[in-house]
Amino acid sequence: MIDEVAARFPYWATAVLLVVGLYGMIGKRSLVKQVIGLSIFQSAIILFFISGSLLEGATLPILYGVHGGEHADPDDFVNPLPHVLMLTAIVVGVAITGVALSFLVSIYREFGTLDEREMLDEMRK
Amino acid sequence: MEQQLPAFIVGAPLLFSVIVPILGRKWRQSAFVVAVATVAVSTVASALSLVRVLDGGTFRYYLGGWEPPVGIEYVIDEVSAVVSLVVTSVSLLVVISTRRWAEREAGDRPGVFYGLVLLLLAGLTGIVLTGDLFNLFVFLEIASLAAYALVFIGGRRAMLAGFRYLIIGSIGGAFYLLGVGFIYFATGTLNMIEARQLLEEAESTRAVQVGAVFIFTGLGLKMALVPMHLWLPDAYEHAPSSVNSLIAPVMTKVAAYAMLRMFLSVFPPGYLSGAVPIADALLVLGLIGIVFGSVAAAGQTDIRRMLAYSSISQLAFIAVGIGLGTPLALAAALLHVVNHAAMKATLFLATASVRFRVGLQRTHNLAGLGPRMPLTMGAFAVGSVAMVGIPPTAGFFSKWYMVQAGVDEGQWIVVAVVLLSSLLTAVYLFKVLEQVYLRPAKPEPSAHHDDEHDSPGESAPHPVEQQAMRPVVERAREAPLDVWLPLVLLGAATVVLGVFNVVIMEHVLLPGVS
Repeated sequence: MIDEVAARFPYWATAVLLVVGLYGMIGKRSLVKQVIGLSIFQSAIILFFISGSLLEGATLPILYGVHGGEHADPDDFVNPLPHVLMLTAIVVGVAITGVALSFLVSIYREFGTLDEREMLDEMRK
Repeated sequence: MEQQLPAFIVGAPLLFSVIVPILGRKWRQSAFVVAVATVAVSTVASALSLVRVLDGGTFRYYLGGWEPPVGIEYVIDEVSAVVSLVVTSVSLLVVISTRRWAEREAGDRPGVFYGLVLLLLAGLTGIVLTGDLFNLFVFLEIASLAAYALVFIGGRRAMLAGFRYLIIGSIGGAFYLLGVGFIYFATGTLNMIEARQLLEEAESTRAVQVGAVFIFTGLGLKMALVPMHLWLPDAYEHAPSSVNSLIAPVMTKVAAYAMLRMFLSVFPPGYLSGAVPIADALLVLGLIGIVFGSVAAAGQTDIRRMLAYSSISQLAFIAVGIGLGTPLALAAALLHVVNHAAMKATLFLATASVRFRVGLQRTHNLAGLGPRMPLTMGAFAVGSVAMVGIPPTAGFFSKWYMVQAGVDEGQWIVVAVVLLSSLLTAVYLFKVLEQVYLRPAKPEPSAHHDDEHDSPGESAPHPVEQQAMRPVVERAREAPLDVWLPLVLLGAATVVLGVFNVVIMEHVLLPGVS
């Protein structure tokens, strides 16, 4: 059992982070904590992609004379595509977090609170 | 030039979404003009692309000249060309029509508002045209981010609705990305067509099935498929009128299209039934959603909220088509994407027009409005008739084809639920029409405490009731030309789409899905 967890450690970590993030978004009343949950959720996916591209004993995908130059063996290199995808995903994540935080600033100015329940009470008045 | 058409569809709005806010800062009036011109360019490019597809079949556009699998490609086939044309043309009419309200609702910053609208359009057309799984995620998030911001500017109540929409929408996007990760690690490609070929050759593995579940859950959240619909009613009700007339017809429809695209171009049929029966799950959720959405809509007194629940029901109808999975059912679902965009735009625009003319929003306050705003309410009536599905309006034919597909497959429950849904739709929409046309105008709009939307206040942009000594409805006049003309065009479109449905089905949609 422990061996199995250890062998697929990144996947277990991904699953745990996904659940933690979901709990933050759904279970918390504070809007700030919901945004934090969202960030954790997105990080889990980044971890998943990066761990999927891992290759034991491989190196950076830069053809620099080593590893036989142009007749390089793909097994010697880490797959760079997931890394590039995740750079884009990080940018998307930053944009989402930025928009969410700017929402929070407006909400705080309007309601004077970032607690969901207090906001709902305020709206009923 | 003709080679570059797809670049104009997506590129023009994307580029001008940055330029318009800058222009709008200096010359306020220019924002609207430039935005409309940009949407028009996108619409014309979509129309020309459709003509070209009908002439010469599917064509591809390689971004930056890089061919797949290295580069990203746009695939323009019958289906994507039609949906792209619908998205851009409906947006064009809505943007023109909502001009008068948009500037007031956008807090006097039209440049920023129209920048966001263009960004939304760039995202939506990108989703429709792209042939790359990861590129679809990026465009999905671009469109969603613009939509969150547009919903959020609707004032006090819209703030919480917009924030919740952001959280739930981002979960949807993240699930989709996770699913794409599974597909990528199983096949080693992100190109949809290549992925499909590789998946067809390979055995259906657990990883791919898990990926498919994540993808369909993510897109289900974005398209508000029951039981993942909770964000939608609040967002549509509280968003500014100029915004919900825009996002209600196109936003969720494009998410539904993305789901359909997964069916058509990514997953071979065997992957979606069997061990993990995604197709059956969509069918069941769709059937539940049709009934739930209609029943919930019948219980609403705010027209916008009623229309929001009605959207949930109509999207579930599209999900049923995807779930059935036969070419006829998929074509019917697509026809409904087209029809519903036109119908919902008509209904939301008419509602917004009434709101700004008379400041009324509750169904029971609209009595006697019919003769006083004949064009607006006439378009609303045509839209309602089309929603119920009375021939020769558009709504009838998508339901007709869906019933046929259900009969072919021996799924009698589909037939029953689709027919029942027409009846339920009639219940809630004819309730409004009865008030509008058959009841005499009330002496005073009932301003109880629960009528917060209709009482003068910060949320009512046209606080007529405050000064009104005479009944509000009696003083109502027809909306100005630039509001009713696009509205009447959309209403007419629902009839034209119905009359020419055979042409659309046989020459465009059925070849597109088979």
